Amino acid sequence: MRVGVLALQGAFMEHQKVLAACGVETEQIRKPEQLAKISALVIPGGESTTMGKLLNEFNLLEPIKKLGEQGLPIFGTCAGMILMAKKIAGSTQPRLGLMDITVERNAFGRQVDSFEADLDIPVLGAEPFRAVFIRAPYILSVENSVEALTSFGEKIIFARQGRFLAAAFHPELTGDLRVHRYFLENCI
Amino acid sequence: MAEKGTWTVKKGLAEMLKGGVIMDVTTPEQAKIAEEAGACAVMALERVPADIRAAGGVARMADPTIILRIMDVVTIPVMAKARIGHFVEAQILESLGVDYIDESEVLTPADESFHIDKNAFKVPYVCGARNLGEALRRIGEGAAMIRTKGEPGTGNVVEAVRHIRMVMGEIRKMQNLPKEELMAAAKDLGAPYDLLVQVAELGCLPVVNFAAGGIATPADAALMMQLGCDGIFVGSGIFKSNNPAARAKAIVAATTHYNDPQILAEVSKDLGEAMPGLEIANIAPAERMQDRGW
Repeated sequence: MRVGVLALQGAFMEHQKVLAACGVETEQIRKPEQLAKISALVIPGGESTTMGKLLNEFNLLEPIKKLGEQGLPIFGTCAGMILMAKKIAGSTQPRLGLMDITVERNAFGRQVDSFEADLDIPVLGAEPFRAVFIRAPYILSVENSVEALTSFGEKIIFARQGRFLAAAFHPELTGDLRVHRYFLENCI
Repeated sequence: MAEKGTWTVKKGLAEMLKGGVIMDVTTPEQAKIAEEAGACAVMALERVPADIRAAGGVARMADPTIILRIMDVVTIPVMAKARIGHFVEAQILESLGVDYIDESEVLTPADESFHIDKNAFKVPYVCGARNLGEALRRIGEGAAMIRTKGEPGTGNVVEAVRHIRMVMGEIRKMQNLPKEELMAAAKDLGAPYDLLVQVAELGCLPVVNFAAGGIATPADAALMMQLGCDGIFVGSGIFKSNNPAARAKAIVAATTHYNDPQILAEVSKDLGEAMPGLEIANIAPAERMQDRGW
């Protein structure tokens, strides 16, 4: 199996390293024709506005959206989660809009408020998961078949809708493979 | 239980900027143009390096009003510059809530002997370097991101190329040294030993490394990426050109598609005049910004 990692901007190489550690091959995606080779896609953290513009400019937005609607498993982290959302509070920026979630950008504040914390994520087992939040978004509300998998306080920060997975934090930065394994085992 | 200002969080923001372009801006209007063009962050300044160079005199931290107005109008990260060694300017920038501080040779140094103790801050820092030793000294002081110094405000990429080739060449050399030779190498480079051992093992700097100082065209940006940089700072190159919006967008595309000459050719078309360039040899030694700091 080959998993694509959207490589327009952001921490795509970190995702590739984690996926390689999980034993899967990866492919950097910068152009539409590269999508034919993959059976799942990861959208990394980075700047969602930058990625959204490049998705449009290089004709990737509609093809990925269509593949998602046809069942391609997609996992978005941080900026990736924003791009997966149907609604972004106060923004009209380009997005894939595949998940029935409403997200708030930079929702924990600016960089000085970025943080890391141990989270209990029941679907990953009993051991806490060290989660890194960098100018992170969170999910304000979920609709339809979206399952909220974890919250930080009142804020939903990890959710799944069928083959789609979204995390507000960065599982690619800590060396813990469990979130990526969860995606590979449950969404594909 | 939430820990702020950790090394992972500081370094992590730089990881998120990779493959992107950070643009110098002096007004909210320029900041919007940069964001609209796809910048992954902006650097809020009172004057771009080319104007600082032209004006002469002492260049200092920007007026907080300018920085706050820029922070107000964009949703992407906002960076700002403090003078080398001026930890009070840095304290002020941290209190404003800027997302990254650049301890920068573009401003007039406040201290000729000592850089800021960057580990003492919650806000992360980026610093310039011309070689591996300088990069590791800054990381040792707490910089969570490095950039080449290049020669700012010149529109001439030659110094940035020299600096990235120097850093990458020295890294390759360290990878090939037997372990017992690394301490002597650390002494020669003036680099902290533990960080040098990490570099020898990783084959790269332990933090993200951007290009800066003279990038003026999409081809310049792609050149720096192919030479091994993780992303691009453009200072004067955008707003000193005659079509900033188009040039900014083209440099963003070139940074993503740096390995694709067809796309690079496409995005390089019809950009109008680039900023006027300066020959490095014609700059008086005292006016070379890259020699500021150590």
